[in-house]
Amino acid sequence: MSELLSEFQYNTLLDYKRKKCIILEDLLQEVNKDMVFRFLGGLRIEEHKELTESQPILDFPIPKRVVIPLKQHTGAVLEPLVKKGDMVKIGDKIGDSKAFVSSPVHASISGKVTSIETHPIPTGEVVPSIIIESTEEDPIEEIVTENRRWEELKREEIISIVRESGIVGLGGAAFPTSVKLSPPEGTSIDTVILNGAECEPFLTCDHRLMLESPDEVIIGLQIIMKVVGAKQGIIGIEDNKKDAIEVLTNRAKNYRDIKVVSLPTRYPQGSEKHLIKSLLNREVPSGKLPLNVGVVVNNVQTAYSITNAVCKGVPLISRVITVSGDGIEKPSNLRVRIGTQFKDILEYVGLKKETKKVISGGPMTGFSQWTLEVPVIKGTSGIIALTKIEEEIYPCLRCAKCVDACPMGLLPLELGNLAEQKRFDDAQRLYALDCIECGSCAYICPSRRPLVHLIRFAKAEINKKRRR
Amino acid sequence: MNERFYVSAPPHIKTKYDARYMMRQVTIALIPPTIAGIVIFGFRAFLILIISILSSILWQRLVLLLKGERRVLDGSEVVTGILLALNLSPLVPWWMPIIGTFVAIVLAKELFGGLGFNIFNPALIARAFLLVSWPMEMTTWMFPYIGINQATPLSGITQATPLTLLKLQHTYTPYINLFLGNRGGCIGETSVLALLIGAGYLFFKGVIDWKIPIPYVITVGVLAIVFRQDPLFHMMAGGLILGAFFMATDYTTTPITKLGRIVFGISCGVITILIRLFGGYPEGVSFSILFMNAMTPLLDRWTIPKPFGYKTLGRNA
Repeated sequence: MSELLSEFQYNTLLDYKRKKCIILEDLLQEVNKDMVFRFLGGLRIEEHKELTESQPILDFPIPKRVVIPLKQHTGAVLEPLVKKGDMVKIGDKIGDSKAFVSSPVHASISGKVTSIETHPIPTGEVVPSIIIESTEEDPIEEIVTENRRWEELKREEIISIVRESGIVGLGGAAFPTSVKLSPPEGTSIDTVILNGAECEPFLTCDHRLMLESPDEVIIGLQIIMKVVGAKQGIIGIEDNKKDAIEVLTNRAKNYRDIKVVSLPTRYPQGSEKHLIKSLLNREVPSGKLPLNVGVVVNNVQTAYSITNAVCKGVPLISRVITVSGDGIEKPSNLRVRIGTQFKDILEYVGLKKETKKVISGGPMTGFSQWTLEVPVIKGTSGIIALTKIEEEIYPCLRCAKCVDACPMGLLPLELGNLAEQKRFDDAQRLYALDCIECGSCAYICPSRRPLVHLIRFAKAEINKKRRR
Repeated sequence: MNERFYVSAPPHIKTKYDARYMMRQVTIALIPPTIAGIVIFGFRAFLILIISILSSILWQRLVLLLKGERRVLDGSEVVTGILLALNLSPLVPWWMPIIGTFVAIVLAKELFGGLGFNIFNPALIARAFLLVSWPMEMTTWMFPYIGINQATPLSGITQATPLTLLKLQHTYTPYINLFLGNRGGCIGETSVLALLIGAGYLFFKGVIDWKIPIPYVITVGVLAIVFRQDPLFHMMAGGLILGAFFMATDYTTTPITKLGRIVFGISCGVITILIRLFGGYPEGVSFSILFMNAMTPLLDRWTIPKPFGYKTLGRNA
């Protein structure tokens, strides 16, 4: 064809073709940008985020005493690397394990190891923990930082930094991030999603972090994309955080492969499976992981910590939490050291006398606490104090509001009844194991039945039987 | 610092719309048809309503006393009382609602285990019981008080319902009379307008959903066309609107699955038309709902939904 056309004509044609492609691509991107898929079920719940959403993140004063549990993640219990009486410096690795699914812990203050003993943690477990007390009266601490360019690091180097920095998923499940970043051979990941949905009521820590440190979040996303070899990165944010969407969209403009998507505010939008469904219309098959559909999902705060670890060499020794609820005098967003005890934080923000319940995490999936001795661990996203507790329980009306609300398409009322009757085989046949324990059913139940509790019971019994 | 806290499984917050709230909403939604019934049929209708509600509460309290339960009344007995009265002719003897509520509350509900455990709609069981026990009294209808176009507008002179008129004399009642309620019939079933206002309120408040009543009414309309009848007449006549929006939407006695609810609605429509056109009774709404109540456990079993993550399982796993 080039023989027939003059050079000029040929170039114009090529240009035109190229342009057309770009226009088409842009068009496709435009279309894709606003495309959000609806998942079944879900709820609108009262959010109470107004208590803290406009409160900048404050640095919580460095505590005199921290409790560092040797199991803060999903996986094996760590071995302590220090013994009683040892002096440790902030950032020192003090616990590790050889197991693949594990994540080391670091000293979050400088001081003396006063004891290694079992200690309750917010998840309700009691695990061996290292207790560090600061030796100085007024501890002024700074962690040594270094400057690294993540672009120059190799994939394996980044993974090992992430592992050595003790980074786990900060959304709540605390799964070791290094494991997530090393998918098994043969799986190809095309998309990395950053979870900025933060669908739990009261919690605003991710919201504030996205507003105040958007660059770190985006760099973290790029690092993850590089490590898993993904060609696109999406930050999904619920549309009740308009300011965060705006800030991140402005930053993301500079990158062709990163986009920010506004999601409808609907609980449980931040559930990994439902986030993937909303953004990509892919359904993670039952019992499978996001990587089975070519996706890796990370919390925005995890991305932020990855940036800090990779670029500055700071291990995971602090995190942002939201302290809120009607039992708190001064609801706030705080950056606290891992290991700070709840009682210190609640003393700082003021706990009302009439508080009936203290919850670690969000009110929909968090753990209620029996003691305030527990420390903030890596997976603690907030502390919520409530002055009201549930009212009386009625028998099930079979109103099926739970069926309509269940984002997994289950029949929660049947599962609850079967659990009560200890008919676990029947519960398994009704897909009890697919329950993600989001709490939608128990939230909406007009009879206030403890459905999550019952389904958990059934799941535990089914798993017990399976293992046998 | 207070060191004693409540510990429980999540979620730690719950909706403020509890069972009592639901029952209160249903009671509010029943106010327009109740007022319409009193306006149309006068003081007698009011009397029947009051007797029905009071006896209903009485039976409920008595049962709780006998059972030794200290449960607070949840409001469902008021709903049952109103619904039963709305399903009675204004000319029934004064003692009939008392027997009716006994059947509804004691036999149909509490003997099966109380709220949430009954198989059949209590008000409809009571109506069916009264209908077979006192067929004469239950099918004697009166002229409406308003908009009377007959020569002798006196109570005591009985009037057939539009469906009886259709069955026996093949005459259609005008739409406007059906819509406003100027016709013979049960206290609460005549005014479609008032019923739709109440139903709209329940939709708006999220107490009922569309999956039973809408397929029900549409099925009746479509089948009416199939059998060469007037669809609008069949949709407004008899107790269809009352039944579809207030009785077939009863939580306890209808399916829990989404598909099951739609099948329930369609089946009710089919049975209603079959009884109306081919059965011995002029009206089939209450029997169709009762029949489908019995089918509910089966429908639930047949329509267990496939959860999230199973659609792609065939291809990916």
